[in-house]
Amino acid sequence: MATMGKIRKLPERVEKQRLSTPAAADSHPLIFELSSPGRRGVDVAPRESGFPPGAEILGDLCRSDIEGFPELDEPGVMRHFLNLSRLNFAQALQFYPLGSCTMKYNPALNDEAASMRGIADLHPRTPAHLAQGAFELMARMEAALAEITGMDAVSLHPAAGAQGELTGLMMIRAYHAKQGARRHKVIIPDTAHGTNPASCTLAGFDVVVARSSKRGFIEASEVRRLVDDDVAAMMVTNPNTLGIFEPEIQAIADALHERGAMLYMDGANMNALMGIAKPGHMGADIVQLNLHKTFSTPHGGGGPGAGPVGVKKHLEPFLPVPRLRKGDRGWDFDYDRPDSVGRLRSFYGNFGMIVRAYAYILALGGNGLAEASRLAILSANYLRRRLERHFPSATAEPSMHECVLTHDLEKRAGVSTLEIAKRLLDYGVHPPTIYFPLVVPGALMIEPTETESLETMDRFVDAMEAIHADALSNPEIVKNAPQTLRLKRVDEAEAARHPILRWEPKK
Amino acid sequence: MRFMPHTDAEVRRMLEVVGVRSINDLIAQVPESLRQTASIALAPGASEQEVAGEIADLARRNGASPTFASFLGAGYYRHYVPAAVRAITSRAEFATSYTPYQAEASQGTTQAIFEFQTLITQLTGLDVANASMYDGASAAAEAVLMARRLMPKRNVVALSRALWSDYRGTIRTYLAAQDEIEIVEIPFAATGAIDLEALARIANDRLLCAVVGYPNGFGVVEPLAQITSITRSAGALAISVTAEALALGLLKSPGECAADIAVGEGQSFGLPLQFGGPGVGFMAARSAHMRQMPGRLVGQTVDREGRRAFCLTLATREQHIRRERATSNICTNHSLCALAATAYLSLMGRRGLRELAERNVEIAHRAADVLDRIGIARRFSGPFFNEFAVSVRNPEATLALGESKGVFAGVATARDWSELGDGLLISVTEMNAPGDIDRLCAVMAEAR
Repeated sequence: MATMGKIRKLPERVEKQRLSTPAAADSHPLIFELSSPGRRGVDVAPRESGFPPGAEILGDLCRSDIEGFPELDEPGVMRHFLNLSRLNFAQALQFYPLGSCTMKYNPALNDEAASMRGIADLHPRTPAHLAQGAFELMARMEAALAEITGMDAVSLHPAAGAQGELTGLMMIRAYHAKQGARRHKVIIPDTAHGTNPASCTLAGFDVVVARSSKRGFIEASEVRRLVDDDVAAMMVTNPNTLGIFEPEIQAIADALHERGAMLYMDGANMNALMGIAKPGHMGADIVQLNLHKTFSTPHGGGGPGAGPVGVKKHLEPFLPVPRLRKGDRGWDFDYDRPDSVGRLRSFYGNFGMIVRAYAYILALGGNGLAEASRLAILSANYLRRRLERHFPSATAEPSMHECVLTHDLEKRAGVSTLEIAKRLLDYGVHPPTIYFPLVVPGALMIEPTETESLETMDRFVDAMEAIHADALSNPEIVKNAPQTLRLKRVDEAEAARHPILRWEPKK
Repeated sequence: MRFMPHTDAEVRRMLEVVGVRSINDLIAQVPESLRQTASIALAPGASEQEVAGEIADLARRNGASPTFASFLGAGYYRHYVPAAVRAITSRAEFATSYTPYQAEASQGTTQAIFEFQTLITQLTGLDVANASMYDGASAAAEAVLMARRLMPKRNVVALSRALWSDYRGTIRTYLAAQDEIEIVEIPFAATGAIDLEALARIANDRLLCAVVGYPNGFGVVEPLAQITSITRSAGALAISVTAEALALGLLKSPGECAADIAVGEGQSFGLPLQFGGPGVGFMAARSAHMRQMPGRLVGQTVDREGRRAFCLTLATREQHIRRERATSNICTNHSLCALAATAYLSLMGRRGLRELAERNVEIAHRAADVLDRIGIARRFSGPFFNEFAVSVRNPEATLALGESKGVFAGVATARDWSELGDGLLISVTEMNAPGDIDRLCAVMAEAR
């Protein structure tokens, strides 16, 4: 059994520094440090008389009191979390051009829709005939996503994009097994998101890396070079993480299909394609969608998301259980799916997220979704063009919904991409995705989305230009960023060297 | 369109700057054949009022509490959500941020996750907890994969039959691609708890781990300490799985019972039912196993001036760094749901959580007693928390009768255990008024 060291205390140097900071400067104590014995934030109904207390009923199965568990009043809890919230950058507050994450505006109605009676309080074990509204909503959502992607069937089951990937790969595995073949390899481009190779491992596949051409996309000849009878599938993100459309995608699909392999399309970047190109028409056998990206559900500081998968007819029998089914008595769940890969979570999908995304699709409609993609593309190209003097694009190909930029400040002034990102915080902008894709050293990956105004984008350009000028004339300002937030640069290396992953009561 | 700020004049200006005549020029690299067939045949966009109306219409077609006296549980539990929880999670500062890669701009999220991690370690009695998983079922599956990484030479997984079918199914799916893993389902005894002798029979040097509910799918509190002593004697790991997380406020913690990994579903902590998702999975383990954990971890550190700060850490376990050698593929998790749980537990506090857990035990036992008096016996004899199985002659007819009288009388056990055709699983929480139990009894008496 692998054994690692115990969690250690802060090293003396850091501990001394911490103690030397005046207590008042740390205006954000942990909830545990705000605790005072005897305070309470809820009033629990008293025990009914004539019945023994719960602790007596369960006797020695019960624990002793939880040492250090918080004790606060309701106003204290509210103030704590509302003050914490103020320490976050967020899409609703500022420009958040985090590439590949599609940080678009989340319509206010979405949350209200998910909170409606009959939705928020609908128990997942409610008999199907008394949950027909929920089934109908999910069925319409599946149909809408099938229409948008050009696929034959959609499952709303997976909890997030990465779980959608895993679902898709397991289906591919099951499909080949049904043909009596065990294929071991999956081809993944060098520009892929890290979830792609990680999902492959989880699904029991070995990864074969396809190299992008100098122009930044995968050539069909590269796929033909790599594909053989042991390749189960290729995962392609389109547009790829350089933000460019894979122009040879149809030839790639043909090359795969000729050898009996599948094309898995990672739909993380679907915000570039609505009404412009359907994965199903490109030859994709399977696609996953990230509702929290393209379909405007909140990102929540890291989820919850939702990762529906769409498939072509031949993969439909392998979709996870349950499936929606309409019979004489209305909708219900079909669990009798002998070829299904099974399930990857409880119940059926992150329904609360599906409701939000459905509200969004209704609001935009077919024409509005297409308009969203077109304006997302225009916005990315606008930023690319405006920034190109100091931050040239990593590729000559036209951008779709995001652009990947580079710079020479590291060479000229010793200022790194990370430092540029931190300096953006001082301008009230959340930085782009940085150092990704891995094939572009020092990359800045910028995705403005269609919901940011021209003024916002222009202010971002001004900030980037000011940072560029500062980096050359006064690099220390940039290297010491952020200057204006509550905290200076956070020591991430220290966190990893001496992991402190929980608060402990003072002994 | 109301979500997009660009006027025609602004679009023209942007096109001019880019140096193209129309947006079509920007997508010229997309093959013409694809573009021509890409139009989306959905209804045109709608006003907010129309959208709200359509969703409200669908919502009205669902039968939910408070119209019904509900005893539905079986993996998802009805609990009161204090208004303050929603007030906190609906803050756009939390809801519309993303994974806190930029620590300086994410101290709200990272500190809240650090607090969540701490609360989960306190509840589970273990050393470290991660930032959240998708749900209880996938957390259980990830726990088995984690055990496998810790002990790659062992390959037998003892899976309690008394777990919900969704959990067993999810574990099987996640393990399907792992070569040479053998899953052995361990039957339950007359108590409803795991058959300890059956577990002991396979407790040898091939046993990787035992996965047991705590409480289990019948609401029964497993003898966790006895189970862990069996696994421990074989050098295997014990994984406890809790779907009714409120129980951890009263029961001995998994850590105290010597479990190695504790996972579960945190939906009971302030999350709406939402037809089964999103909930929030949690996972806790011993510090020695920290580096094999899946998912995000937040750690405490300092900024350049020595002030306390929080940031994502130990990322070298994760997919965006380690790619195919990562401990998991998980990226987006259920952060906002973890925030709800953190706010909920902070409000409940040391006394409130325990009191609420006790109230649940009391009211559930009262319901079981009342049913017993009218001849509806419990199916299992083991101790239970707030959910129990009863034997009835015709579960489906009983449920149908209940529905006609505005009572969801439980969940048929046959749904999760085909061999239990005569059972109903009844969950009783603080959401049930005393009158609900009378209505349940009336249905049961009539159906009998």
